[in-house]
Amino acid sequence: MAKHTISMTINGQPVTAEVDSRLLLVHFIRENLSLTGTHIGCDTSNCGACTILLDGKSIKSCTYLAVRADGAEITTIEGVAAEGTNHPLQQGFHDQHGLHCGFCTPGMIMRSIDLLNNNPNPTEEEIRWGISGNLCRCTGYNNIVKAIQQAAEEMQKKETTV
Amino acid sequence: MIPAKFNYHKATSLQQAIALSQELGEEAKYMSGGQSLLPMMKLRFATPEHIIDISKLEGLSYIKEEGDLLKIGGLTTQSEMEHNELLKSKYPIFGDAIWLTADPSVRNCGTIGGNIAHGDAANDQPALMIAMRATIIAQGADGEKSIPIDEFFHGFYMTALEPGDILTEIQIPKAKKNSGGAYHKVERKVGDYATAGVAVHLELDDDGVCREVGIGLTNLSPMPMRLERGEEVLRGKKITDELIAQVGLIASEDCEPDSDLRGSEAYKRAIVNTITKRMLNKALERARK
Repeated sequence: MAKHTISMTINGQPVTAEVDSRLLLVHFIRENLSLTGTHIGCDTSNCGACTILLDGKSIKSCTYLAVRADGAEITTIEGVAAEGTNHPLQQGFHDQHGLHCGFCTPGMIMRSIDLLNNNPNPTEEEIRWGISGNLCRCTGYNNIVKAIQQAAEEMQKKETTV
Repeated sequence: MIPAKFNYHKATSLQQAIALSQELGEEAKYMSGGQSLLPMMKLRFATPEHIIDISKLEGLSYIKEEGDLLKIGGLTTQSEMEHNELLKSKYPIFGDAIWLTADPSVRNCGTIGGNIAHGDAANDQPALMIAMRATIIAQGADGEKSIPIDEFFHGFYMTALEPGDILTEIQIPKAKKNSGGAYHKVERKVGDYATAGVAVHLELDDDGVCREVGIGLTNLSPMPMRLERGEEVLRGKKITDELIAQVGLIASEDCEPDSDLRGSEAYKRAIVNTITKRMLNKALERARK
Protein backbone atom coordinates (compact mmCIF):
# COMPACT_ATOMS: atom_id res chain seq x y z
CA MET A 1 0.00 0.00 0.00
CA ALA A 2 2.06 2.84 -1.32
CA LYS A 3 2.10 6.27 0.28
CA HIS A 4 1.06 9.23 -1.78
CA THR A 5 2.62 12.65 -1.86
CA ILE A 6 -0.02 15.34 -1.80
CA SER A 7 0.24 19.11 -1.97
CA MET A 8 -2.47 21.62 -1.19
CA THR A 9 -3.01 25.04 0.29
CA ILE A 10 -4.57 25.19 3.72
CA ASN A 11 -5.73 28.63 4.83
CA GLY A 12 -3.37 30.13 2.27
CA GLN A 13 -0.32 28.13 3.38
CA PRO A 14 1.17 25.53 1.04
CA VAL A 15 1.39 22.05 2.57
CA THR A 16 3.05 18.93 1.22
CA ALA A 17 2.79 15.56 2.96
CA GLU A 18 3.00 11.82 2.48
CA VAL A 19 -0.26 10.08 3.30
CA ASP A 20 -1.84 6.64 3.26
CA SER A 21 -4.62 6.07 0.75
CA ARG A 22 -7.13 5.56 3.52
CA LEU A 23 -6.32 8.65 5.56
CA LEU A 24 -9.45 10.79 5.87
CA LEU A 25 -9.15 14.48 5.18
CA VAL A 26 -10.46 15.36 8.65
CA HIS A 27 -7.72 13.28 10.29
CA PHE A 28 -5.11 14.88 8.05
CA ILE A 29 -6.30 18.35 9.08
CA ARG A 30 -6.54 17.59 12.80
CA GLU A 31 -3.66 15.20 13.35
CA ASN A 32 -1.05 15.99 10.71
CA LEU A 33 -1.62 19.74 10.65
CA SER A 34 -2.85 20.17 14.26
CA LEU A 35 -5.75 22.32 13.09
CA THR A 36 -8.23 21.07 15.67
CA GLY A 37 -10.94 23.65 15.02
CA THR A 38 -12.42 21.17 12.54
CA HIS A 39 -14.32 18.70 14.71
CA ILE A 40 -15.30 15.07 14.37
CA GLY A 41 -18.85 14.52 15.51
CA CYS A 42 -20.72 11.56 14.05
CA ASP A 43 -18.02 10.38 11.61
CA THR A 44 -20.81 9.27 9.26
CA SER A 45 -21.44 12.47 7.23
CA ASN A 46 -24.60 13.25 9.16
CA CYS A 47 -23.66 15.98 11.62
CA GLY A 48 -21.48 18.43 9.69
CA ALA A 49 -19.05 19.19 12.58
CA CYS A 50 -16.16 18.44 10.18
CA THR A 51 -17.33 20.82 7.43
CA ILE A 52 -14.54 22.68 5.62
CA LEU A 53 -14.24 24.50 2.31
CA LEU A 54 -12.55 22.66 -0.55
CA ASP A 55 -12.03 24.94 -3.54
CA GLY A 56 -14.66 27.22 -2.04
CA LYS A 57 -17.34 24.59 -1.57
CA SER A 58 -18.42 23.13 1.75
CA ILE A 59 -17.71 19.44 2.14
CA LYS A 60 -17.75 16.99 5.02
CA SER A 61 -14.09 16.21 5.60
CA CYS A 62 -14.90 12.91 7.37
CA THR A 63 -16.24 11.64 4.05
CA TYR A 64 -13.34 12.70 1.85
CA LEU A 65 -9.98 11.01 1.38
CA ALA A 66 -6.98 13.23 2.08
CA VAL A 67 -5.30 11.90 -1.07
CA ARG A 68 -8.15 13.27 -3.18
CA ALA A 69 -7.48 16.79 -1.88
CA ASP A 70 -4.18 16.87 -3.78
CA GLY A 71 -4.01 20.23 -5.55
CA ALA A 72 -6.96 21.68 -3.68
CA GLU A 73 -7.37 24.93 -1.84
CA ILE A 74 -8.71 24.26 1.62
CA THR A 75 -10.12 26.64 4.20
CA THR A 76 -10.81 25.64 7.80
CA ILE A 77 -12.28 27.69 10.64
CA GLU A 78 -8.74 28.79 11.56
CA GLY A 79 -8.50 30.57 8.21
CA VAL A 80 -11.65 32.67 8.14
CA ALA A 81 -10.73 35.62 10.40
CA ALA A 82 -8.78 38.37 8.62
CA GLU A 83 -5.81 39.52 10.69
CA GLY A 84 -7.47 39.36 14.05
CA THR A 85 -10.84 40.62 12.86
CA ASN A 86 -13.71 38.19 13.11
CA HIS A 87 -15.37 37.06 9.91
CA PRO A 88 -18.92 38.49 9.82
CA LEU A 89 -20.23 34.98 10.50
CA GLN A 90 -18.00 34.58 13.56
CA GLN A 91 -19.20 37.98 14.76
CA GLY A 92 -22.80 36.99 14.07
CA PHE A 93 -22.52 33.81 16.15
CA HIS A 94 -20.92 35.87 18.92
CA ASP A 95 -23.47 38.68 18.90
CA GLN A 96 -26.56 36.49 18.51
CA HIS A 97 -25.47 33.76 20.94
CA GLY A 98 -25.47 31.29 18.07
CA LEU A 99 -23.83 28.64 20.22
CA HIS A 100 -23.95 27.02 23.61
CA CYS A 101 -21.30 24.29 23.78
CA GLY A 102 -19.67 25.37 20.51
CA PHE A 103 -18.96 21.92 19.12
CA CYS A 104 -20.98 22.42 15.93
CA THR A 105 -19.95 26.06 15.44
CA PRO A 106 -16.88 25.67 13.18
CA GLY A 107 -18.83 23.42 10.82
CA MET A 108 -21.87 25.72 10.92
CA ILE A 109 -19.70 28.69 9.99
CA MET A 110 -17.89 26.89 7.16
CA ARG A 111 -21.19 25.69 5.74
CA SER A 112 -22.71 29.17 6.08
CA ILE A 113 -19.82 30.74 4.14
CA ASP A 114 -20.67 28.53 1.15
CA LEU A 115 -24.39 29.24 1.64
CA LEU A 116 -23.91 33.03 1.60
CA ASN A 117 -21.48 32.86 -1.32
CA ASN A 118 -24.19 31.19 -3.41
CA ASN A 119 -27.11 33.10 -1.96
CA PRO A 120 -26.07 36.41 -0.35
CA ASN A 121 -29.56 37.29 0.84
CA PRO A 122 -31.26 34.03 1.87
CA THR A 123 -34.74 33.78 3.38
CA GLU A 124 -35.09 32.16 6.79
CA GLU A 125 -36.32 29.00 5.08
CA GLU A 126 -33.34 28.94 2.76
CA ILE A 127 -31.00 29.31 5.73
CA ARG A 128 -32.68 26.43 7.56
CA TRP A 129 -32.45 24.18 4.48
CA GLY A 130 -28.95 25.46 3.83
CA ILE A 131 -27.69 24.25 7.20
CA SER A 132 -29.75 21.05 7.14
CA GLY A 133 -26.59 18.95 7.03
CA ASN A 134 -25.24 20.50 10.23
CA LEU A 135 -26.64 19.39 13.57
CA CYS A 136 -26.71 21.46 16.75
CA ARG A 137 -27.89 19.77 19.91
CA CYS A 138 -27.94 22.89 22.12
CA THR A 139 -29.40 25.99 20.57
CA GLY A 140 -32.56 24.84 18.85
CA TYR A 141 -31.17 26.66 15.79
CA ASN A 142 -33.06 29.95 16.23
CA ASN A 143 -29.99 31.92 17.26
CA ILE A 144 -27.90 30.23 14.59
CA VAL A 145 -30.38 31.44 11.98
CA LYS A 146 -30.20 34.95 13.49
CA ALA A 147 -26.39 34.81 13.42
CA ILE A 148 -26.39 33.94 9.71
CA GLN A 149 -28.96 36.67 9.00
CA GLN A 150 -26.78 39.22 10.79
CA ALA A 151 -23.73 38.10 8.81
CA ALA A 152 -25.64 38.24 5.52
CA GLU A 153 -26.66 41.82 6.22
CA GLU A 154 -23.15 42.74 7.29
CA MET A 155 -21.54 41.17 4.24
CA GLN A 156 -23.96 42.91 1.89
CA LYS A 157 -23.27 46.26 3.56
CA LYS A 158 -19.59 45.72 2.94
CA GLU A 159 -20.23 44.80 -0.68
CA THR A 160 -22.11 48.02 -1.27
CA THR A 161 -19.55 50.26 0.48
CA VAL A 162 -16.53 48.77 -1.29
CA MET B 1 -13.72 4.95 11.57
CA ILE B 2 -11.32 4.49 8.71
CA PRO B 3 -11.60 2.25 5.67
CA ALA B 4 -9.69 -1.01 5.34
CA LYS B 5 -6.43 -0.62 3.45
CA PHE B 6 -6.64 -0.10 -0.29
CA ASN B 7 -4.54 1.21 -3.15
CA TYR B 8 -5.49 4.58 -4.55
CA HIS B 9 -5.21 5.39 -8.24
CA LYS B 10 -6.05 8.75 -9.72
CA ALA B 11 -7.48 8.40 -13.21
CA THR B 12 -6.14 10.87 -15.74
CA SER B 13 -8.35 9.94 -18.69
CA LEU B 14 -11.39 7.80 -19.36
CA GLN B 15 -9.33 5.32 -21.39
CA GLN B 16 -6.65 5.09 -18.74
CA ALA B 17 -9.28 4.52 -16.02
CA ILE B 18 -10.93 1.73 -17.99
CA ALA B 19 -7.57 0.11 -18.81
CA LEU B 20 -6.56 0.32 -15.15
CA SER B 21 -9.83 -1.25 -14.08
CA GLN B 22 -9.33 -4.10 -16.59
CA GLU B 23 -5.83 -4.67 -15.29
CA LEU B 24 -6.78 -4.62 -11.59
CA GLY B 25 -9.86 -6.79 -12.03
CA GLU B 26 -12.93 -7.12 -9.87
CA GLU B 27 -11.30 -5.88 -6.68
CA ALA B 28 -11.13 -2.38 -8.16
CA LYS B 29 -13.92 0.14 -7.66
CA TYR B 30 -14.42 3.53 -9.28
CA MET B 31 -15.05 6.47 -6.97
CA SER B 32 -16.67 9.67 -8.21
CA GLY B 33 -18.16 11.80 -5.41
CA GLY B 34 -17.53 9.04 -2.89
CA GLN B 35 -20.53 10.01 -0.77
CA SER B 36 -22.03 6.51 -0.83
CA LEU B 37 -18.93 4.37 -1.37
CA LEU B 38 -16.66 5.95 1.25
CA PRO B 39 -19.21 5.65 4.09
CA MET B 40 -19.63 1.97 3.13
CA MET B 41 -15.84 1.54 3.19
CA LYS B 42 -15.60 3.22 6.59
CA LEU B 43 -18.21 0.81 7.94
CA ARG B 44 -16.29 -2.01 6.20
CA PHE B 45 -19.39 -3.02 4.25
CA ALA B 46 -17.19 -2.48 1.20
CA THR B 47 -13.51 -3.42 1.18
CA PRO B 48 -12.21 -2.85 -2.34
CA GLU B 49 -8.49 -3.45 -2.83
CA HIS B 50 -8.22 -0.66 -5.34
CA ILE B 51 -9.96 2.69 -5.67
CA ILE B 52 -9.80 4.37 -9.05
CA ASP B 53 -10.64 8.03 -8.53
CA ILE B 54 -12.54 9.29 -11.57
CA SER B 55 -13.69 12.56 -10.00
CA LYS B 56 -11.07 14.65 -11.79
CA LEU B 57 -11.80 13.35 -15.30
CA GLU B 58 -12.51 16.27 -17.58
CA GLY B 59 -15.48 16.75 -19.84
CA LEU B 60 -17.94 14.62 -17.88
CA SER B 61 -19.69 17.43 -16.05
CA TYR B 62 -22.36 19.17 -18.14
CA ILE B 63 -26.08 19.70 -18.56
CA LYS B 64 -27.32 20.46 -22.08
CA GLU B 65 -30.12 19.91 -24.54
CA GLU B 66 -29.05 18.43 -27.85
CA GLY B 67 -31.46 17.31 -30.54
CA ASP B 68 -34.35 15.54 -28.84
CA LEU B 69 -32.39 14.84 -25.67
CA LEU B 70 -31.44 16.32 -22.35
CA LYS B 71 -27.89 15.14 -21.62
CA ILE B 72 -26.28 15.17 -18.21
CA GLY B 73 -22.64 14.20 -17.75
CA GLY B 74 -22.01 11.40 -15.26
CA LEU B 75 -19.74 13.50 -13.04
CA THR B 76 -22.18 16.40 -12.74
CA THR B 77 -22.65 17.02 -9.03
CA GLN B 78 -26.05 17.23 -7.41
CA SER B 79 -25.22 20.85 -6.46
CA GLU B 80 -24.48 21.74 -10.08
CA MET B 81 -27.85 20.28 -11.03
CA GLU B 82 -29.60 22.07 -8.18
CA HIS B 83 -28.36 25.48 -9.33
CA ASN B 84 -28.70 24.86 -13.08
CA GLU B 85 -31.09 27.28 -14.83
CA LEU B 86 -32.12 24.84 -17.59
CA LEU B 87 -33.16 22.18 -15.06
CA LYS B 88 -34.85 24.76 -12.84
CA SER B 89 -36.95 26.15 -15.67
CA LYS B 90 -37.77 23.06 -17.74
CA TYR B 91 -37.19 20.02 -15.52
CA PRO B 92 -38.45 20.95 -12.02
CA ILE B 93 -38.59 17.26 -11.03
CA PHE B 94 -34.81 17.40 -10.47
CA GLY B 95 -35.20 20.28 -8.05
CA ASP B 96 -37.90 18.34 -6.15
CA ALA B 97 -35.54 15.40 -5.70
CA ILE B 98 -32.17 17.09 -5.13
CA TRP B 99 -33.62 19.39 -2.46
CA LEU B 100 -34.46 16.22 -0.52
CA THR B 101 -31.23 14.32 -1.21
CA ALA B 102 -28.76 14.31 1.70
CA ASP B 103 -27.64 17.89 2.44
CA PRO B 104 -25.84 20.72 0.61
CA SER B 105 -22.29 19.66 1.60
CA VAL B 106 -22.88 16.07 0.48
CA ARG B 107 -24.47 17.37 -2.73
CA ASN B 108 -21.32 19.42 -3.42
CA CYS B 109 -19.52 16.08 -3.89
CA GLY B 110 -22.15 13.53 -4.88
CA THR B 111 -22.67 13.00 -8.62
CA ILE B 112 -25.72 11.93 -10.62
CA GLY B 113 -23.68 9.14 -12.22
CA GLY B 114 -22.68 7.77 -8.84
CA ASN B 115 -26.20 8.05 -7.49
CA ILE B 116 -27.45 5.81 -10.31
CA ALA B 117 -24.45 3.49 -10.80
CA HIS B 118 -24.43 2.63 -7.08
CA GLY B 119 -27.58 0.61 -7.78
CA ASP B 120 -29.15 1.43 -4.42
CA ALA B 121 -32.96 1.39 -4.45
CA ALA B 122 -32.84 3.97 -1.65
CA ASN B 123 -31.17 6.59 -3.86
CA ASP B 124 -33.48 9.19 -5.36
CA GLN B 125 -32.26 9.57 -8.95
CA PRO B 126 -33.13 6.03 -10.13
CA ALA B 127 -36.88 6.66 -9.68
CA LEU B 128 -36.59 9.86 -11.74
CA MET B 129 -34.71 8.00 -14.46
CA ILE B 130 -37.44 5.36 -14.55
CA ALA B 131 -40.21 7.97 -14.70
CA MET B 132 -38.48 9.90 -17.51
CA ARG B 133 -37.34 6.77 -19.39
CA ALA B 134 -33.68 7.65 -19.35
CA THR B 135 -30.97 5.93 -21.31
CA ILE B 136 -27.70 5.29 -19.52
CA ILE B 137 -24.51 5.72 -21.54
CA ALA B 138 -21.44 3.84 -20.31
CA GLN B 139 -17.90 3.52 -21.59
CA GLY B 140 -16.06 0.27 -21.14
CA ALA B 141 -13.38 -1.93 -22.61
CA ASP B 142 -15.64 -2.71 -25.57
CA GLY B 143 -16.41 0.94 -26.25
CA GLU B 144 -19.62 2.81 -25.64
CA LYS B 145 -22.88 1.17 -24.70
CA SER B 146 -26.33 2.55 -24.36
CA ILE B 147 -28.59 0.93 -21.76
CA PRO B 148 -32.33 1.65 -21.48
CA ILE B 149 -33.18 2.31 -17.84
CA ASP B 150 -35.53 -0.70 -17.69
CA GLU B 151 -32.54 -2.95 -18.38
CA PHE B 152 -30.17 -1.11 -16.05
CA PHE B 153 -31.09 -2.27 -12.54
CA HIS B 154 -30.52 -5.98 -12.01
CA GLY B 155 -31.05 -6.38 -8.27
CA PHE B 156 -29.81 -5.33 -4.84
CA TYR B 157 -26.84 -3.03 -5.64
CA MET B 158 -26.58 -4.78 -9.02
CA THR B 159 -26.68 -2.98 -12.35
CA ALA B 160 -26.01 -3.69 -16.01
CA LEU B 161 -22.59 -2.05 -15.65
CA GLU B 162 -19.84 -4.62 -16.09
CA PRO B 163 -16.45 -4.40 -14.42
CA GLY B 164 -14.57 -1.57 -16.10
CA ASP B 165 -17.67 0.31 -17.26
CA ILE B 166 -17.99 3.98 -16.35
CA LEU B 167 -21.36 5.70 -16.45
CA THR B 168 -20.58 8.75 -18.59
CA GLU B 169 -23.92 10.24 -19.52
CA ILE B 170 -27.62 10.24 -18.77
CA GLN B 171 -29.94 10.86 -21.72
CA ILE B 172 -33.53 11.86 -21.17
CA PRO B 173 -36.15 12.73 -23.80
CA LYS B 174 -36.30 16.51 -23.97
CA ALA B 175 -39.24 18.16 -22.19
CA LYS B 176 -42.15 18.44 -24.61
CA LYS B 177 -45.13 20.75 -24.66
CA ASN B 178 -47.75 19.62 -22.11
CA SER B 179 -45.31 17.46 -20.18
CA GLY B 180 -44.36 17.63 -16.54
CA GLY B 181 -42.84 15.66 -13.72
CA ALA B 182 -42.74 15.67 -9.94
CA TYR B 183 -40.95 13.83 -7.15
CA HIS B 184 -41.45 13.55 -3.44
CA LYS B 185 -40.25 11.28 -0.70
CA VAL B 186 -41.29 10.93 2.90
CA GLU B 187 -38.21 10.96 5.10
CA ARG B 188 -37.79 10.65 8.87
CA LYS B 189 -35.54 13.68 9.00
CA VAL B 190 -33.97 16.06 6.51
CA GLY B 191 -31.52 14.28 4.24
CA ASP B 192 -32.54 10.76 5.17
CA TYR B 193 -33.07 8.01 2.65
CA ALA B 194 -36.68 7.68 1.57
CA THR B 195 -39.19 5.88 3.76
CA ALA B 196 -41.07 5.90 0.46
CA GLY B 197 -40.59 8.01 -2.66
CA VAL B 198 -42.45 8.45 -5.94
CA ALA B 199 -41.38 10.06 -9.23
CA VAL B 200 -44.00 10.78 -11.90
CA HIS B 201 -43.56 12.04 -15.43
CA LEU B 202 -46.54 12.76 -17.69
CA GLU B 203 -47.05 13.84 -21.26
CA LEU B 204 -50.48 15.00 -22.44
CA ASP B 205 -51.76 15.58 -25.95
CA ASP B 206 -53.61 18.75 -26.96
CA ASP B 207 -56.91 17.33 -25.72
CA GLY B 208 -55.44 16.56 -22.30
CA VAL B 209 -55.26 12.82 -22.93
CA CYS B 210 -52.29 11.08 -21.30
CA ARG B 211 -49.95 10.16 -24.15
CA GLU B 212 -47.08 8.86 -22.04
CA VAL B 213 -46.53 8.30 -18.34
CA GLY B 214 -43.71 7.02 -16.17
CA ILE B 215 -43.89 6.22 -12.46
CA GLY B 216 -40.78 5.23 -10.48
CA LEU B 217 -40.66 4.20 -6.82
CA THR B 218 -37.82 4.79 -4.34
CA ASN B 219 -36.86 2.38 -1.56
CA LEU B 220 -39.96 0.24 -1.81
CA SER B 221 -38.38 -2.85 -3.37
CA PRO B 222 -34.93 -4.48 -3.57
CA MET B 223 -34.21 -2.50 -6.72
CA PRO B 224 -35.62 0.72 -8.18
CA MET B 225 -39.09 -0.11 -9.44
CA ARG B 226 -41.40 0.92 -12.26
CA LEU B 227 -45.12 0.94 -11.43
CA GLU B 228 -46.14 -0.66 -14.71
CA ARG B 229 -49.72 -1.51 -13.81
CA GLY B 230 -50.27 2.09 -12.68
CA GLU B 231 -48.87 3.46 -15.94
CA GLU B 232 -51.17 1.20 -17.98
CA VAL B 233 -54.23 2.56 -16.18
CA LEU B 234 -53.39 6.13 -17.24
CA ARG B 235 -51.93 5.72 -20.73
CA GLY B 236 -54.30 6.87 -23.47
CA LYS B 237 -56.90 8.21 -21.02
CA LYS B 238 -57.99 11.56 -19.76
CA ILE B 239 -56.65 11.61 -16.21
CA THR B 240 -59.43 11.91 -13.64
CA ASP B 241 -59.48 11.89 -9.83
CA GLU B 242 -60.90 8.36 -10.00
CA LEU B 243 -58.01 7.10 -12.12
CA ILE B 244 -55.49 8.83 -9.84
CA ALA B 245 -57.07 7.14 -6.81
CA GLN B 246 -56.88 3.81 -8.63
CA VAL B 247 -53.15 4.27 -9.38
CA GLY B 248 -52.51 5.19 -5.73
CA LEU B 249 -54.07 1.90 -4.67
CA ILE B 250 -52.05 -0.01 -7.28
CA ALA B 251 -48.86 1.57 -5.90
CA SER B 252 -49.66 0.35 -2.41
CA GLU B 253 -50.45 -3.14 -3.75
CA ASP B 254 -47.53 -3.57 -6.17
CA CYS B 255 -44.63 -2.15 -4.15
CA GLU B 256 -42.55 -4.61 -2.13
CA PRO B 257 -41.46 -2.82 1.04
CA ASP B 258 -39.86 -4.42 4.07
CA SER B 259 -40.60 -3.36 7.62
CA ASP B 260 -37.54 -1.59 9.00
CA LEU B 261 -36.48 1.36 11.16
CA ARG B 262 -38.18 3.72 8.72
CA GLY B 263 -41.59 2.14 9.15
CA SER B 264 -43.68 -0.99 8.92
CA GLU B 265 -44.63 -2.57 5.64
CA ALA B 266 -48.25 -1.50 6.19
CA TYR B 267 -47.23 2.11 6.86
CA LYS B 268 -45.12 2.23 3.71
CA ARG B 269 -47.94 0.78 1.61
CA ALA B 270 -50.26 3.44 3.04
CA ILE B 271 -47.98 6.41 2.39
CA VAL B 272 -46.96 5.35 -1.12
CA ASN B 273 -50.64 5.55 -2.01
CA THR B 274 -50.81 9.14 -0.78
CA ILE B 275 -47.51 10.25 -2.35
CA THR B 276 -48.42 8.67 -5.70
CA LYS B 277 -51.71 10.57 -5.84
CA ARG B 278 -50.04 13.85 -4.85
CA MET B 279 -47.27 13.48 -7.40
CA LEU B 280 -49.72 12.58 -10.18
CA ASN B 281 -51.66 15.75 -9.38
CA LYS B 282 -48.50 17.85 -9.21
CA ALA B 283 -47.14 16.48 -12.50
CA LEU B 284 -50.53 17.04 -14.10
CA GLU B 285 -50.58 20.63 -12.92
CA ARG B 286 -47.08 21.20 -14.35
CA ALA B 287 -47.97 19.48 -17.64
CA ARG B 288 -51.02 21.72 -18.07
CA LYS B 289 -49.05 24.95 -17.59
